[in-house]
Amino acid sequence: MNPVNYLYLAALLFTIGASGVLIRKNAIVLFMCVELMLNACNLAFVAFSRMHGNLDGQIIAFFTMVVAAAEVVVGLAIIVSLFRTRHSASVDDASLMKL
Amino acid sequence: MENLIALLIAAPLLGAAVLLCGGRRLDKAGHWLGTLFAAASFGIGVALFTDMLGRAADDRTLSQKLYTWIPVEGFQADVAFQLDQLSMTFVLLISGVGTLIHVYSIGYMEHDERRRRFFGYLNLFLAAMLLLVLADNYLLLYVGWEGVGLASYLLIGFWQHKSSAATAAKKAFLVNRVGDMGLSIAIMLLFTTFGTFAFGPVFASVGNATEGKLTAIALMLLLAACGKSAQVPLQSWLGDAMEGPTPVSALIHAATMVTAGVYLIVRSAAVFNGAPDAQLVVTVVGAVTLLFGAIVGCAKDDIKKALAGSTMSQIGYMILAAGLGPIGYVFAIMHLVTHGFFKAGLFLGAGSVMHGMNDEVDMRKYGALRKFMPVTFVTFGLGYLAIIGFPGLSGFFSKDMIIEAAFAKGGTQGWILGGVTLLGAGITAFYMTRVMLLTFFGEKRWQPDAAGHEPHPHESPKSMTVPMVILAFGSVFAGAFFEIGERFLKWLEPVTGYEHGNSPVSAMAVTASTMVVLVVGVGIAWSMYGRRPVPVLAPRGSLLTRAARRDLFQDDFNHVVLVRGGEHLTRSLVYVDHSLVDGVVNGTAASVGGLSGRLRKLQNGYARSYAVSMFGGTAILIAATLLMRAV
Amino acid sequence: MSFPLLTVTAVVPAVGAVLTAAVPAARRTAAKWLALLFSLATLALAVLVAVRFEPGGARYQLTESHAWIPDFGVRYELGVDGIGVALIALTALLIPFVIAAGWHDADPLETNSSRWRPTQGFFALILLVEAMVVISFEATDVFLFYVFFEAMLIPMYFLIGGFGDRAHSGSDENAAAQRSYAAVKFLLYNLAGGLIMLAAVIGLYVVAGNFSLQEITAARAAGTLDMATNTERLLFLGFFFAFAVKAPLWPLHTWLPNAMGESTAPVAVLITAVVDKVGTFAMLRFCLGLFPDASKWATPVILVLALISIVYGALLAVGQRDIKRLVAYASISHFGFIILGIFAMTSQGQSGATLYMVNHGLSTAALMLVAGFLISRRGSRLIADYGGVQKVAPVLAGTFLIGGLATLSLPGLAPFVSEFLVLVGTYARYPVVGIIATVGIVLAALYTLVLYQRTMTGPVKEEVRAMPDLHLREMLVVAPLIALLIGLGVYPKVLTDIVNPAVEYTMSDVKRTDPKPEVAVEAVPAKNGEAAK
Repeated sequence: MNPVNYLYLAALLFTIGASGVLIRKNAIVLFMCVELMLNACNLAFVAFSRMHGNLDGQIIAFFTMVVAAAEVVVGLAIIVSLFRTRHSASVDDASLMKL
Repeated sequence: MENLIALLIAAPLLGAAVLLCGGRRLDKAGHWLGTLFAAASFGIGVALFTDMLGRAADDRTLSQKLYTWIPVEGFQADVAFQLDQLSMTFVLLISGVGTLIHVYSIGYMEHDERRRRFFGYLNLFLAAMLLLVLADNYLLLYVGWEGVGLASYLLIGFWQHKSSAATAAKKAFLVNRVGDMGLSIAIMLLFTTFGTFAFGPVFASVGNATEGKLTAIALMLLLAACGKSAQVPLQSWLGDAMEGPTPVSALIHAATMVTAGVYLIVRSAAVFNGAPDAQLVVTVVGAVTLLFGAIVGCAKDDIKKALAGSTMSQIGYMILAAGLGPIGYVFAIMHLVTHGFFKAGLFLGAGSVMHGMNDEVDMRKYGALRKFMPVTFVTFGLGYLAIIGFPGLSGFFSKDMIIEAAFAKGGTQGWILGGVTLLGAGITAFYMTRVMLLTFFGEKRWQPDAAGHEPHPHESPKSMTVPMVILAFGSVFAGAFFEIGERFLKWLEPVTGYEHGNSPVSAMAVTASTMVVLVVGVGIAWSMYGRRPVPVLAPRGSLLTRAARRDLFQDDFNHVVLVRGGEHLTRSLVYVDHSLVDGVVNGTAASVGGLSGRLRKLQNGYARSYAVSMFGGTAILIAATLLMRAV
Repeated sequence: MSFPLLTVTAVVPAVGAVLTAAVPAARRTAAKWLALLFSLATLALAVLVAVRFEPGGARYQLTESHAWIPDFGVRYELGVDGIGVALIALTALLIPFVIAAGWHDADPLETNSSRWRPTQGFFALILLVEAMVVISFEATDVFLFYVFFEAMLIPMYFLIGGFGDRAHSGSDENAAAQRSYAAVKFLLYNLAGGLIMLAAVIGLYVVAGNFSLQEITAARAAGTLDMATNTERLLFLGFFFAFAVKAPLWPLHTWLPNAMGESTAPVAVLITAVVDKVGTFAMLRFCLGLFPDASKWATPVILVLALISIVYGALLAVGQRDIKRLVAYASISHFGFIILGIFAMTSQGQSGATLYMVNHGLSTAALMLVAGFLISRRGSRLIADYGGVQKVAPVLAGTFLIGGLATLSLPGLAPFVSEFLVLVGTYARYPVVGIIATVGIVLAALYTLVLYQRTMTGPVKEEVRAMPDLHLREMLVVAPLIALLIGLGVYPKVLTDIVNPAVEYTMSDVKRTDPKPEVAVEAVPAKNGEAAK
C-alpha cells in the first residue's frame, strides 16, 4: 500500500490547523484548529499502521483521541470561564501575564 | 650601671602615661608630677654621667639590651640602648633643659585648663627624644624620631581650638613625614647592604660597602635630618610651629628636637666619612639654610618667628659643621649644646615678655620693656650676647670654631663656606640686635587692644624667671667651660673622631674678622632701629624685606605646587574613580540590563507569537536534523 | 580520635547564630547578651587553638579529616598553620567588639516604630559570618574552602542591605536605594569573582584529581604533579581574581567604599577587618601553595596593581568628604601593602603581610568604631559637619587620634611593625617598588591628619556643642583595642613566633630564598669602636 496520498492529506490538514492557530483570534476557532492538527496526526498514524500491518499506530491514535477529549473538557471550561469574566473569546485580550 | 639606661626613658614615659590616662583627678597635681618625672630622668642622667667620668675615655660606652623586638628571618631588631659620650651629652641637655622648661611651664601655663595634658605631652616628648639618642640601632632611633614628631604635633596644636595652630601642627607632621621617608629608605638600604641596621655592625663594616651605596644612605639620612631640623628644602614648618605654647618652642623647636638631625649625621659619622659627595651636599644644605634662616629672621616682626628664623640659621651652622667631617663633628655638637642654652633662654625670655603683654607677639608693639621686666631683660640680654658671639660668651667659642673649621675645609670650597659662615655671623648680629632694640629699648609702643585692655607689662613669677636665670648662666659660661683645656673635644673625640683642620687663615684672623662683621651687624641694626623711633605699623620695605617676610616665597611655592596641585590631583582622581573605574562596572551592569530589556519585548503575552516561535523552532530543528542526515 | 577543636571553634558561633535568631522578638536584650556570650566563647576557643598550636611543630596542626563527597574526592579537612591561627584569633577577638559596638544599631527606629527591625537577625548574622570566616581560615580542602568563601556572602549581603547607617543625607527612600545598591554591588562583585574561582576549582580537580591542599602542595613541591604552564596560569588567575575582588585590589575595589559607607560602622569593620582578610589569606595559602610558578609569573603585574592600590587609595582617601568612605579608601591602600608583602616573596614581606592583616584589623576597628560613635552622635557622615569636637568630647577625640595614628603606622603602635617589614621585604627584592610604596606613608599621614583636623580641631561647631563624650560601653570597646595596638607594637614577638614558621613553609612552596646582604659584616670591635674610623 502506498501511504503517500494519505500523508499529503495529513500534511495539508496539519498546515491548515497550524495556520489557523497562528492567525485566528477566537479561542473556539483556535481550539478547533488544534483538534484539526491532532486529527492530521491521527490520520498519519493510522496510515502508517496500515502500511506496516500492525496495530501500534491505531493504538496511538486512540490515545490521541483520549487526550483530545480530555483537552476539550479542560479547554472548553477555561474558554467558558474566560468568556464569563471578560465577555470576549479573543485570545489577544488574555495577555495579562506578560512581563 | 647600664641597667639605669632604660629608666632614663621609662621615667618620663610613665609620667606621660599617668598624666594622660589619669583623668581630671590629677588636674591639681599633674604639673608637679610631670616635673618630678622629668627631674627624675635628669637625676639618673647625672648619676650615669658621674659614673662615666670615673672610667677611662675608651671604656665609657654602656649598652643595655631589653629584648628582641621584631624577630623575623634575617631581620633582627632589638630594643637595646647604647650610652656613649655623644648620647650622654644629649641626655644631659634634653633632661636638663627639659626639666627647666617643665618648671617654667608651671607658671606659664597656670591659667590653662588643660595644663595636666600639656605636661603629659611634654613628658612624652622627653621619653621619645631620649629614646632617639639612646637607641643602638636605626629602627629604634626611628621610633624615637617619629615619637618626637608626634609630641611636636600634639604640642604645636595644643591650642587646637585655633585653626591656625591645628594647621601648623599638621604641616609640621607632614613635612617631617617626608623626612621620615628618607630615614626609612635609609634603613632599607642599610638592611639590604649590611643585613643589619644596628650601629655597631654597620659602622664596623662600612669599609666593605661601595661608595655609591654609602652616598645613597648618607643622602637619605640627610633628607631625614632636613625634615627634623628644618633645613632647606624642608624648612617651611618651623616658622608655623611657633603657634605652639612658648615653652614648647623653647624645648622642642629650639633646644632639642630640631637638633636631632645634627645628632643623626654625627652619629652616622662613619657612613658620611665614606661618602664625600654626600658630605658636600650636607655642607651646601647647611650653608643655604644658614643664610635663609638669617634673612628670614631679619624681616619678621613676630618675636617668636624671628627667633625661629634664627634657630634655623644656627642649625644650619651645625649641619654645615657636621658636613665638614671629622674636623667639624665635635664643634657641631658643641654649638648644639651652647645653642641649646642660649636659644632656650631667648625663647623663655620671649615667653616671659608675651606673658606680661597679653600674648602680644608683634615686636613693633613692644618697646622700653627693660624697665618693666628687669630679670627678663638681663637674661634675654645675656642670651643675645651669647648668640651674636660676644667675646667670652658661649656662642663666641662654638661659632668661632665652626667658622675656622669651614675655612679649613680647604680650597675654593673652604673659602666659600668660610665666607658664608662669616656673613651669617654678621646677619645674626643684625637681626638679634633688632629683636633686642625693638623689644627692650626705645619708646613704649603698646596700645589698648580691640577690647580696650591695655597691657600692663610685669615681671613673670619665680617659676618662670629661675629657669631663665639658670639658662642665662649656661649661655655665659658653657662655651668657656668647654673650651678651656679643650674639655669638650677630649670628651667627644673617642666617639666622633677628630682631625685638626689646616686653615688657610689663622685663628686670630678668623676671630678678628668675626668681630668686624659683628660690629658692622650691630651697627647697622642700631642705626635702623636704635637711633630713630620705630613705626608701629611695619613699613612696606624693600623687595628683599617683603620676600623675607613671606619666608622667601617658600610657602607660596608649596601652596601653589603641592597644595593646589594635590587638591586638583585628588579631585580628578575622585572623578576618575567614580566615572571611569566605577563607570565601567556600572556600564556593564547597565548594558546587561538594557539587553535584557530588549529581550523582554519578545514576551508580548500573545499566545500566537509563542506558538509561532514554537513552530519556527521545531521547523529549524527538523530542518537541521534532515540536513545532518543528508550530509 | 582527638577532640575536634577546630570544628567546635567554627560550630560554636553557628550554634550561637541559630539560638540568637530563635529568641522571641520581645526579648531583644537577651538576644544581644546571648550573641555576646557566644562570641566570647568563640574567643576562648580561639585562644585555646593558639595555645595548643606549637610553632615549631608540623605545618598544619589540630587536623581533622573526614570523607564528605567521596565521588568527587571532596573531604572535610581542617588544619591550621601559624597564619591561620593568627587570623582566627583576630576574627574571634574582633567579633565581641563588633557586637558590643553595634549594641543599639539594630534597635527599632524611634521615629518610625512601625518599621520592624529584626534585632535578633543582626546579631545572628554577625555570628554566622564569624562561623564561616573561621572555617575558611581552617579549611585545607579547596572545595570546602570555596563553599564557605562563597556562603559568607549571603549573611554579609543581608547585613549591608538590611541594616544601614542611620546617619544619611537625603530621604529615607533615597538612603534605602543607596543601601540596596551597595549590597547588590557587593554581592555581584564577589559572586563574579567566586564563579570564576569555581571554574578554576573544577579545573584544579580535573588536573590534580582531588581537592586536598596538602596533597597537591606536596605533589607540586615534589614535582610529581606536572601542570602545563598555561593551565597553571589560567587556574592561578581564576583563584587570584576571586581573592583580588575580596581583598580588594585596584581596579576591583569600588564595591568597598559603597559597602562600608552604607552599612553601620560595626558591619563596616566586619567587612574590612574580617571578611576581606579571607581574600589576602587565601592568596598566601592557595595561590602561592598551589601555583608557585604561576605566582612568580604574575608577580610583576600584581606588584604594580598593589602599588597603584597604595597610592591611589591614599589619594582618594584625601579627596573624600564622607568619614566612612575615607576609611574605606585608606583600607584599600593598606590592602595594597598586604598584597605587596605577599608577592614580594621574602620572609620579611610575608611575615609583615601576615602581621599587617592582624594589625590592620585592629587599627581599622579602632578608627572605624570610634568614627561610628562620632557619627551616631551627630547623625552625619560628612566631615564638613564636624569641627572642634576635641573641646567637647576629649576622650572621643583622643581615641580617634590614636586610631588615626595607628592607621598612619606611627612607630610604637602595631601597624608600624608590619608596614615596615613589608617595605623592607619589598625593597630587598624590588628596590624601586619599595621606594614608591614608601610614598604611601606620607599620604597616610595626610589623610589621617586632615580628617582629624577637620573633625576634631578648630572652633567648636554649634551642632556638636552638646555632644556627649564616650560612654562606658564605648570605652570598653575601644580601650582593649588601643591596648592591643600598643602591646603588639612594643612586643610583636608573640605574633611573629607563631607566624614565622608558616612563612618559611610558604617560602619553600614557591622555592624562593631571601636576598643576601651585599657586603660581609665585620665583627664589632670589643669596646667603644663604633664610630671611630
